[in-house]
Amino acid sequence: MIKPIQSVNDFVIKFANVNGTGSASANNLFAKAVFNMGVPVSPRNIFPSNIQGLPTWYEVRVNQDGYLGRRGGGVDIVVAMNPQSLADDVAAVLPGGYFIYDSTNPLPESLRRDDIQIIGIPFTELCRQQFSNTKQRMLFKNIAYIGALAALLDIDFEVFTQLLSKQFKGKEHLVTSNTTALELGYVYAKKTFECPIGIRMEKSDAVGDKILVDGNTASGLGCVYGGATVCGWYPITPSTSVVESYSRFCERMRIDPASGKKRFGIVQMEDELAAIGVVIGASWNGARAFTATSGPGVSLMSEFLGLAYFAEIPVVLINVQRGGPSTGMPTRTQQSDLLACAYASHGDTKHVLTFPANPKECFEFSAESFDLAERLQTPLIIMSDLELGMNDWLCDPLEWKDDSQFDRGKVLHEEQLENLKDGERFGRYLDVDDDGICYRTYPGAHPEKGAFFTRGTSRDRHALYTEEGAHYVDNMERLVKKHRTAAKLIPAPIINIDDKRHKMAVVYYGTTDNVMAESLAKLEKQGLKFNSMRLRSYPFSDEVAEFIEGHERLFVVEQNRDGQMRTLLIDELECDPSRLVSVLHYDGMAIPVEAVVGGIINNLSAEQNRKTGEAS
Amino acid sequence: MTCVPKSKFHHPQLPVNELGLTYRDYEGSMSTLCAGCGHDSVGAAVVQACFELSLPAHRVAKLSGIGCSSKAPTYFLGKSHGFNSVHGRMPSVATGANLANRELIYLGMSGDGDSASIGLGQFAHVVRRKLNMTYIVANNGAYGLTKGQPSATADRGSLMKGGKEVTDEGIDLVSLALSMGATYVARSFSGDKEELVPLIKGALSHKGFAFIDVMSPCVTFNNHQGSTKSYDYLRDHMESLISADFIPHKSEITVQSEPGEAQDIFMHDGSVMRLRAADESYDPCSRSSAFAAIEAHREKGEVLTGLLYLESGASHLHENLNTVDKALNGLGYKELCPGDEVLKELNESFR
Repeated sequence: MIKPIQSVNDFVIKFANVNGTGSASANNLFAKAVFNMGVPVSPRNIFPSNIQGLPTWYEVRVNQDGYLGRRGGGVDIVVAMNPQSLADDVAAVLPGGYFIYDSTNPLPESLRRDDIQIIGIPFTELCRQQFSNTKQRMLFKNIAYIGALAALLDIDFEVFTQLLSKQFKGKEHLVTSNTTALELGYVYAKKTFECPIGIRMEKSDAVGDKILVDGNTASGLGCVYGGATVCGWYPITPSTSVVESYSRFCERMRIDPASGKKRFGIVQMEDELAAIGVVIGASWNGARAFTATSGPGVSLMSEFLGLAYFAEIPVVLINVQRGGPSTGMPTRTQQSDLLACAYASHGDTKHVLTFPANPKECFEFSAESFDLAERLQTPLIIMSDLELGMNDWLCDPLEWKDDSQFDRGKVLHEEQLENLKDGERFGRYLDVDDDGICYRTYPGAHPEKGAFFTRGTSRDRHALYTEEGAHYVDNMERLVKKHRTAAKLIPAPIINIDDKRHKMAVVYYGTTDNVMAESLAKLEKQGLKFNSMRLRSYPFSDEVAEFIEGHERLFVVEQNRDGQMRTLLIDELECDPSRLVSVLHYDGMAIPVEAVVGGIINNLSAEQNRKTGEAS
Repeated sequence: MTCVPKSKFHHPQLPVNELGLTYRDYEGSMSTLCAGCGHDSVGAAVVQACFELSLPAHRVAKLSGIGCSSKAPTYFLGKSHGFNSVHGRMPSVATGANLANRELIYLGMSGDGDSASIGLGQFAHVVRRKLNMTYIVANNGAYGLTKGQPSATADRGSLMKGGKEVTDEGIDLVSLALSMGATYVARSFSGDKEELVPLIKGALSHKGFAFIDVMSPCVTFNNHQGSTKSYDYLRDHMESLISADFIPHKSEITVQSEPGEAQDIFMHDGSVMRLRAADESYDPCSRSSAFAAIEAHREKGEVLTGLLYLESGASHLHENLNTVDKALNGLGYKELCPGDEVLKELNESFR
């Protein structure tokens, strides 16, 4: 008999549910309870592209040390509430782990394992006895298993009652009925099993002042703080909640107190082409505008992105990446739109990208992107992903400096146009400051001066149509210069030099950050030490180039099949490809620690074997 | 071909409008369209309309897609900002521009390829969104820049240059605009300035989506025997049903129209569209009446022109969204950024 797993504040629990049965709010209640006990937690929805009926899972990692990325491998506890997926769910439990199931129907003998603890609680039957209404019976079954967990894991029952009071403030009857459901499971577990089981929870102060929020909520809020007034969009998973969040916050914070009217305009367009068309039209006309989409939307927006690049119009585009290509895996995560975004559209185009890794960066990068896009007069694409966008993450509280101002970039308003000296002629594409960024004017600014024709066709420095080669090349070269200017303004990489003598480094970006600290700690235990660089934007700055130059071997860890960041680094920095080694994970689930550690070790041992082979 | 600015020289005694501007002040650069192109006449009608309305040109934003018609805005209103966007997508750019600043006048210039072929989706949606703009399609049934292919408005059974018969059904943009909820719908002919100029003036003064389908022959690729979009064919088959006079709000309305003879429709700014229907049973404020008339004339092989439908006082996108009266692009940091105190409260709600 394998010894049951013993741990305090360190486990992974997985809830297996049926989509559309109201399990989400119960599962969320569990994560919130862990958070409120002061223990770091990362809940993750694993859901199908479906409204109702298919299996869905909610995986929660609880870790006192704050390691919140996916561990990989099996889980310590499964709460199995879906008969459809029972076999898979039993198989997911680690040896020594715990399998909690609804014993209203007996567990098929074929599924029994003797290396795990099987805990049967008749949730359906308990709720059938307690509640008369069918809907209540379905919903409260979920709350009942949370109650059982409170007993089994020794979670303070008070934490739940406080959360329920907060959640259902003003609806006391709901507090009462939910508490009843919680007690059903709690009492049954207490009475029937020895509580707590080997895995249990203790109050802690490891959470500190941190918050628990999803990336899309933070991105939408960032757009409010960044001053966005116009949003054209088209619903697509997993980006939809960015605009929903922006809309919700605007309804609270952007209502003109005198008139009750809105200081924002959100229009759900007919498709993604139209969504980005709105952004381009609004930005051209001097408003801060954005849209959010995912891979298929980026493909559709590509022509317009080329126009915005060439005509030099600010665009803020939040791309919450999912599994591609084509419709791919709409409810799974990946970092596979990198090259499609960096070079979106035909012709020689390059776009500015940023890579947030946590909700705080979602908020900050979104807010700052309006300054950057207007300063640079070009599209800026924020590369989030489903893992970050749709799951709650523990992160530092959001901050705002009240003495900030918006940087609206180089714009000549009526007064400046009026004061142009004799002989000074406004030219939309004149590089006055030698940084590749020219001055623009908003429509309607001045009766006589500053009007020009914006076009996607080639033009001279005064925006007049021309197909003369010299004018075209002059313009394209200036755009390259502007791209270099961009590298100085966008978020710098986070570089950690553990030791200058290390010859090896890891390079990563976005949500891979969630597993990196834990992976590096594990590698260190095996005597492998690395410097690290988290890329936060493209085009790459000199700092990025120097870091790469300074190491003999760099493991580029990313969540796509083709090593797109590695390609981009090689392409843009012209560094030796043999020094950049890909560590890849792209099955649609977020990269786990074991993929990083395994990927690096396998590579190193393969090389060792090769060397040994050569020597003999 | 490089853009050629037009000479600003003009006769010292050219008439001036209320802003002290002459007709020449509303022109753009030299046209590079074919000599005799209907689109240049449409541009001239826009110039005439803006001049007569005494519009400050810089408060007009010109938007277009791609094609001969979409090049046309370069050749009128040189003091306005213009935006030549991508093929078939001008409506979304116009939507964004309009959202950003509701105080400007938006003039969309498109073609039959741009609006009925590649851009049919965006066209339909901008109409149903009731964007406050004037949308002109210079309609010649053919692609010019790619040399004469039929567009989606080419009539079934008509002949393209070279004799090939059009076998697909032609799209009637006027009927489409009507069914999608346009609140000002007109059709005219580039060769009939008398009719076209008042229609453009009315459209520019209309609050809501104003659509004008202007038959504008392509002299190079679609002006031959067998075409239904040629100058000859159109002159023979145009049936002007509803003539419209635009009476600006500042003018005193001296002659009251007799009931039954003409119908005065007040615009939001107090100006008046005075409509005369050749057929007494026609009610230009009735959508079904417009549909019936368009269809009846189409069956007879005629092209119905004039102001076919007008709904005054209908709401437009900004009103439907309930946005503030001030232009959104004019709101400042204090009006837009909620600040750190609010963020602190939000942090608390995320715990």
